[in-house]
Amino acid sequence: MPRILIVEDSVSMRTFVRSALESDPRSATGIDVVEASSGFEALRLLPRGPYDLVITDINMPDINGLELISFIRKSELHRETPVLIISTQSSERDRARGLLLGANGYLTKPFSPEALQSEAWRFLSGTRAEAKPHG
Amino acid sequence: MAELSDKAREEFFSEAQEIIETLSRNLLSLDASIKSGASDPSLINEAFRAVHTLKGLSGLFGAVRLGALSHRLEDVLDDLRLGRIEFGQDVLDVLFAAVEAYTRILQAEKANSDDELDVEGLFTELERIGAGAAEHQSPVAEYELDPGLLAVLTEYEEHRLRANIDLQMQLYRLRVQFDLSTIDKALEEIKERAKRHGEIITYLPTGEATSADTIELDLLMASRDDLATLVGSLGADNVVIEEIPRRARRSVGAGTMPPRHQTSIGRADSVALQRELDKGGLETTSSLRSLTQTVRVDIRKLDHLMNIVGELAIVRSAFGRMAEKLRGEGQRKLAAELLRMHRNFDRRLGEMQDGILEVRMVPLGQVFDRLARVVRQISREVGKEIRLVITGAETEIDKLIVEELSDPLMHMIRNAIDHGIELGQRRVEVGKPLAGTIALNAFQKGNHVMIEVEDDGRGIDLAGLTEKAISLGKLTRNEASELSRDEVLALIFLPGLSTRELVDDVSGRGVGMDVVKTNIGKLGGVIDVHSETGIGTKMTITLPITLAIVSALMIQAGKHTLAIPLSSVSEAIAFDEAAVRMVDGREVITLRGQTLPLCRLDRLLNLEAAPDSMSRRRFVVVAALGQRRLGLVVDFLYGQEDIVIKPLGKSLADVRGFAGATELGDQRVGLVLDAASLIEEVLAGVEAPRTLERRHG
Repeated sequence: MPRILIVEDSVSMRTFVRSALESDPRSATGIDVVEASSGFEALRLLPRGPYDLVITDINMPDINGLELISFIRKSELHRETPVLIISTQSSERDRARGLLLGANGYLTKPFSPEALQSEAWRFLSGTRAEAKPHG
Repeated sequence: MAELSDKAREEFFSEAQEIIETLSRNLLSLDASIKSGASDPSLINEAFRAVHTLKGLSGLFGAVRLGALSHRLEDVLDDLRLGRIEFGQDVLDVLFAAVEAYTRILQAEKANSDDELDVEGLFTELERIGAGAAEHQSPVAEYELDPGLLAVLTEYEEHRLRANIDLQMQLYRLRVQFDLSTIDKALEEIKERAKRHGEIITYLPTGEATSADTIELDLLMASRDDLATLVGSLGADNVVIEEIPRRARRSVGAGTMPPRHQTSIGRADSVALQRELDKGGLETTSSLRSLTQTVRVDIRKLDHLMNIVGELAIVRSAFGRMAEKLRGEGQRKLAAELLRMHRNFDRRLGEMQDGILEVRMVPLGQVFDRLARVVRQISREVGKEIRLVITGAETEIDKLIVEELSDPLMHMIRNAIDHGIELGQRRVEVGKPLAGTIALNAFQKGNHVMIEVEDDGRGIDLAGLTEKAISLGKLTRNEASELSRDEVLALIFLPGLSTRELVDDVSGRGVGMDVVKTNIGKLGGVIDVHSETGIGTKMTITLPITLAIVSALMIQAGKHTLAIPLSSVSEAIAFDEAAVRMVDGREVITLRGQTLPLCRLDRLLNLEAAPDSMSRRRFVVVAALGQRRLGLVVDFLYGQEDIVIKPLGKSLADVRGFAGATELGDQRVGLVLDAASLIEEVLAGVEAPRTLERRHG
């Protein structure tokens, strides 16, 4: 069963991502979505991995998404875990940094549930960790 | 876009509302900090983050208008936080206008209305501000900073780093070990202490952990203080502080690389800010993060829980009666056991009720924040300088009441600024301070919350008010001559009396104090007015703390059991038929030297008399609301009970005098008297015949 960590400080956005993932027909056999409402919470939840995919926002207070990606790439457990950035158009520069730090793809907010599903399953079904920025 | 559930939409609206309120609070803090000569850059960043989040959400939920405004506003805030445009009162005005626009748009979106909302003017203003943005210098990397650290800086953090270097701050790296379970708290503490010395720019997990339960962070900090001072203040077993050396080839300073665009949140103010920080003067404002630690609950769910508590209360009463019955039948042991259970049940139920009520309570500060914005806006519109003094913002009241309060309060404040506070020149002439003061005071008094709106303006023109009432045919000149001062003041609540002929931008929106009074009345509250010519006016609103559950006095009138909310009962005394006098064709008694008008409930409500009503001792329940009192003559007092009031159906909605219905312990339905409207009608002499004797239950 795929296990996904969502890091996002907006509850509406978290709920949206979760329901998009859970309503995907490919999730019919089960999917485990874990939510972190801040960078801190993500730091706490990451050691409880492994996760098959981490979906993270960039612009968060204190520990931001870039710091989180850098941490994920440094950690033994998550070095290979795919990371998907969800951010707005205006954070173009920050998003580019995220990809340089080792994120595997990004979606620009707002996005449709379908776009999220197809992007997420690119990592969940196929081979892991093609560290190729997508976009 | 896929279909979104109503629940998701509601959650979105509720989050959007919170974000807008946070934004508004930030702007108010910014306003205050600019006035005091220092501005806190983190406030602008928070405002930016709020709008940024809202933009993302709006797109997601198809809220096009919210998205369009957020998009434009975000651009401006981005320029502001990165120091590309100058920050001042004019910019703040436009930002406040944006908050207003947000509120209007959100209401329209909630109502699914496609009405045109005039925001073009605002958009033009935002573009005008944005056009002033100057391109800024590229990033600085003039310190021997770890490239890994530089790589994770967001654009904003980079800007803060630059700004601090421009201020000749020294950079430090704090390597800190945190316990994962307590990292939030520990980091808050470090941040708090670090504030005295400078600013923490970023936090980077190093990825080197000593154990699975700990995490190591590198904190990049800028400070004017030297290493020894920092070590003394921030040093600990888990903290290692290092100074980050400057690269030799680069000298950083005002001379070599002046900022291209001097902004008001640039050097001068940051120095001032630093001074404030040194004094420990600026408070930290709540971050958006704290919002995510709360659970949002639809108030209807709490209503539902409260209804269940109400039903349980009925079960509890049945227990009590059962115990009494058993005792009557001589089953003492069983009765005692049942009574013990009853008491235990009673206590727990009380705790549960308190718990649910507590969840419904929100501080009045929520609505006061909105009002602060209104005051600011109106005072600029009408060119009067206004000082708003708020006390008791922490006073808590039922969420539903708070929601309904903002319109009446806003109206009262508009009235005070428009009609109460004199123009500046006039104020100076009469020896008052140039700035008018409006005080908004809230406090709890017993089971009530009192809110006062007080101004130091010219007071209500009594003669003018009377004339207007006469010209509108509300009373004759003769009647007018007999009115007491309080009665004249009360005229302001008559329809048409407080509405100006001239419709203006501020108060003349066709809503008078009569509407304010009606709306407050719907919440079970009353409004009183005091005014002194030349000194000012004070309006006092008295409200129940909650609408959900009511302690009531259960009485009998005729054959009916009725409930009177205890919040409006001041006392109950034995009725002495012989003590009744007639004054102005109305029955009164004297209670402790004061005249108390009477109202015989069975007659008023046309109830069939109880068979033994003449022989039995009767009672007077003294209902009091604000300054007004009325003695209700009733046939029997059953005592106090907590009841859940349920609304009357549509067919009975126009019957005045009743607040609703409640279930009585024995499965019957009883009516709940609305003391406010009873007092109102009886004292006004409008005792319209009514029919209680229709089927109910």
